[in-house]
Amino acid sequence: MELLGLVYYWVFAILLMIGFYAVIAKRNLIKKLIGLSIFQAAVFLLYITMGKVDGGTAPIFQDGVSLYSNPLPQVLILTAIVVGISTTALGLGIVVRIKEEYGSIEEDEIQERDRR
Amino acid sequence: MNSLAHHLPALQVIVPMLSAPLVMLLKPSGLARAAATAASLLAFAIAIAMTMGVLDGSTFTYRMGSWPAPYGIELGVDRFSALLLLIVTGASSFALLAGRRSVDADIDESRQPLFYAAWLLALAGLSGIPVAADAFNVFVFMEISSLASYVIIAGGSDRRALPAVFKYLIMGTIGATFYLIGVGLIYLMTGTLNLADMELRIHEVADQKPILVAAGFITIGLALKAALFPLHVWLPNSYTYAPNAVTVFLAACSTKVSLYLLLRFDFFVFQGNLAGHDVQFTYFLMPLAVFAILIASGVALFEQNIKRLLAYSSIAQIGYILLGASFVTVAGLTASTVHLFNHALAKGALFLAVGCLATQCMGLRLSDVGGMAKRMPWTAAAFVVAGFSLIGIPGTVGFISKWYLITAALEQGSLGIALVAVLVISSLMAVVYIWRIVEAIYFAEPTSDLSSVREAPLVMLVVTWAAALANLYFGLVPEVPVTLASSAAETLLEHLP
Amino acid sequence: MSGSDLIMLALLLPLLGAVGIAAASRFGANAREATTLLTAAALAWSVWSLVPELMQGGRPSLLLAEVVPGIELAFKVEPLGMLFAALASSLWIVNSIYSIGYMRGNNESNQTRFYIFFAIALAAAIGIAFADNLFTLFLFYEILTLSTYPLVSHKGDAKTVRSARVYLGVLLTTSIGILLPAIIWTYFVAGTGTFTVGGILEGKIAGPAVGLLLGLFVFGVGKAAVMPVHRWLPAAMVAPTPVSALLHAVAVVKAGVFTITKIIIYIFGVDFLFSEPSSGWLIYVAAFTIIAASVVALRQQNLKRLLAYSTIAQLSYVVMATAILKPLAEVGAAVHIVAHAFGKITLFFAAGAIYTAAKKTELHQLRGIARRMPWTMTAFTIGALSMIGVPPTGGFVSKWYILAGAFQADNYVAIATIIASTALNAAYFLPIIFMAWFLKEDTAPAKEHGEAPFAAVLALMITAVLTLAFFFFNGPVLELEGQLVRTIL
Repeated sequence: MELLGLVYYWVFAILLMIGFYAVIAKRNLIKKLIGLSIFQAAVFLLYITMGKVDGGTAPIFQDGVSLYSNPLPQVLILTAIVVGISTTALGLGIVVRIKEEYGSIEEDEIQERDRR
Repeated sequence: MNSLAHHLPALQVIVPMLSAPLVMLLKPSGLARAAATAASLLAFAIAIAMTMGVLDGSTFTYRMGSWPAPYGIELGVDRFSALLLLIVTGASSFALLAGRRSVDADIDESRQPLFYAAWLLALAGLSGIPVAADAFNVFVFMEISSLASYVIIAGGSDRRALPAVFKYLIMGTIGATFYLIGVGLIYLMTGTLNLADMELRIHEVADQKPILVAAGFITIGLALKAALFPLHVWLPNSYTYAPNAVTVFLAACSTKVSLYLLLRFDFFVFQGNLAGHDVQFTYFLMPLAVFAILIASGVALFEQNIKRLLAYSSIAQIGYILLGASFVTVAGLTASTVHLFNHALAKGALFLAVGCLATQCMGLRLSDVGGMAKRMPWTAAAFVVAGFSLIGIPGTVGFISKWYLITAALEQGSLGIALVAVLVISSLMAVVYIWRIVEAIYFAEPTSDLSSVREAPLVMLVVTWAAALANLYFGLVPEVPVTLASSAAETLLEHLP
Repeated sequence: MSGSDLIMLALLLPLLGAVGIAAASRFGANAREATTLLTAAALAWSVWSLVPELMQGGRPSLLLAEVVPGIELAFKVEPLGMLFAALASSLWIVNSIYSIGYMRGNNESNQTRFYIFFAIALAAAIGIAFADNLFTLFLFYEILTLSTYPLVSHKGDAKTVRSARVYLGVLLTTSIGILLPAIIWTYFVAGTGTFTVGGILEGKIAGPAVGLLLGLFVFGVGKAAVMPVHRWLPAAMVAPTPVSALLHAVAVVKAGVFTITKIIIYIFGVDFLFSEPSSGWLIYVAAFTIIAASVVALRQQNLKRLLAYSTIAQLSYVVMATAILKPLAEVGAAVHIVAHAFGKITLFFAAGAIYTAAKKTELHQLRGIARRMPWTMTAFTIGALSMIGVPPTGGFVSKWYILAGAFQADNYVAIATIIASTALNAAYFLPIIFMAWFLKEDTAPAKEHGEAPFAAVLALMITAVLTLAFFFFNGPVLELEGQLVRTIL
């Protein structure tokens, strides 16, 4: 059945939802960022999965090999990973600053402090 | 010169992008600011040059490294892109020219070169989106601009900017990731990322589920970035707590670029190919647009902080833009795209005036600006002019947008009459919330000693008034924006079956 | 000078004058006042210079810009517009003379700002008078609202600001909320908004839609103060009297009824509207406004508020006359714009003179005041008689024509309304006159006073004379409006 062949897509969907849930439901800012990373990682998985050609090998020219996997998604994902890292780094930097200013990284405590 | 003109699309992005590290290295902050302003003005000049080129009827295409499309990366500038480029580079230039006081007040002198470098990166990213002709490059530019925006929003001294920008970061990244998923699914089905190529290939696979899902993901992702109701929650606090110069820049252009992308992607790739998509588009967007208009205007009516009031007003204006687009007619899309331009002018001028006020007032609540008009008459008058433009008084750009929008709505028959009522009600709400600010500035009792208050610095006043007068000029001679907008509308609709 | 040059001049002069006033104020109050008077005189000259061409049947025009395809900023002079422009520009001179006396006599603050915005308001009035299409008219209509706001809120105290907010609120709400959709609807169905002899809507719209569109226009033009969008007028009484005179006689309300008349004649077309039964409600609404406003006026104790409600009633005379849709009545409507202007401005000048000299604002304080202020009260009496419509005042002429038109149309509602309101007018004006002339003062005034400052008295004498003169010398106006009638028949 097709289902087993699609296992990577299932993983993608599950990781996506785990990450999304963490982003929305967790109060701690670091946990939100972790969720975001998982969310993005799921997308990376999607792209790489779609690049794999059945029976294909790594897309580096070699003698005697005729079938390669699609290099383009891998390259795209490298870019996206870099973007993801930058985002996470920036996010963590902001969290550090928030801790400095507010003394907490729990969302509700921060809101409480601002209300006063 | 001919060959220089050929390279303009690439230069539009490269100039700010390469200036950024250079600016970062310039130690005296004044030098950094001068260099950043120069780069921004150069980018503005490039945008104007390309606009004149496209008004003559030509479009720019550029192949990076001369690799042929669809294998190579292509850049393209047509009239719709030119309109956006004008907005982005213009907003950046105006904000930088007038922003010295605001930046000095909010940011440590030693960090300013970094701030300006981030600003230029944001400019590079925002300029790259209208210029890029393939979907993935758009994602990269989008994230460059977003990340740089997060930096410049949070760079100020108000600590509340930090949780605001964190929320923006989370939501923006989710939006960009959704967009990425959508693009990935399309790539999965068509094997290409080039927009023009995509349009051809998608035809063969248009009835399959992944395309529909991709359309959904892309729309939602871009809607998040564009602050379409109800995904707008990141906007008010981000705009309010950012340094004033940053607010001028971002309020004028960041959501506009996402809206541009949404319209282009949707019309180029999806409309012609998915059965019944235009109906889905209309019935999905129209109610959201109406909610955005009414609810955001309603919140603005009661808001006490001037910047947040104007931010909610922006959310309502984004509703106008999408309302026009949801009609899927030439008139509707013209109204929508011309409002991209006009709102940038109006909101830019308003935030510039607010920046002028901020140089003298303790805070920016309505109670803080009482009676300021006596000491800052020019600033107050500029605010009034820009406010008229937002309301849509004839003679201003806001009126042009409203005229087109109401005309487009009337074409819709009886539904149109209800929409006209919505537009009228929201215009009246705009009258009220603008008037609350104007009344406070002119008539309210000052809450602090006004004797030390002087008019804003000359440079800021000149830039603010230039923006305010542009509202009047393009309100009476709207030829250039209207031409660009109506061409944009026609181009978008060409792709309909 | 060609007609279009004169139009351009007429538009520019008040604007340049505003700049000039700002500059001249540096050299002292006299320089500033001189600039105002000079500008007003120059404006009147350029407007009146257009009359000869008009009398011969010419229609000078000017196209400034095409804003959007199909929408132009354009001007054309025709009899009705000429009337309004000539009235506004001429009365500006008199009003300026009066303002000098009043503002100085009351030691008002911010006088420069006052004169500047007055000039801008006049520019807007000329723009409305000469507008060739709905867009141009709407543009200048809004400019008029916005430029008169600083004038209405002049005093700056809390009560004034609140009332000025009502002024602005009602006028902007009606113009953006009701008038603008009506204008866009018109452009949409007729493809144009240009004022054309015979109207542009015939064949494009029919049935109840006609009545609806008419309603949108009538209630959208808040400046005509048809009930219930009349609230701004009493609210605007917080303004200094020269501003009230401007509002009631020179520009603002006149712009309102002028706009409605122009729209009925040149957008709908008299014959078209007459043939559409759904437009019949207008006469009843106007009649109701006349009677209701007159009744409210009866109960007023404050002189300016009484005059405000009297204006609301008088404005609806014009609306009702226009709505009768017969040539004689249209002439009566146009003539009443002039007659009421002369009469009302006299009354307001007198009220302001009384306030300046004696600080009195309520009716009961006016007992015996004629003894101290004979010139003022003579003028007041003439103005009041004009309102009632007694010969030999101008008000009689216009009432005559309106009545004639009403008889021509067999419109008994109109006839009855005119008769009833005449009686009501008498009922609230005559007692004031009686009290002022024939009763003795019951309390001595706090300070001995005589007449108001000379400039003020001069101005009100001029307008009183004009009110009388209009009875005798109304030929040219009638001939001009006769042209109007001939073209619409």
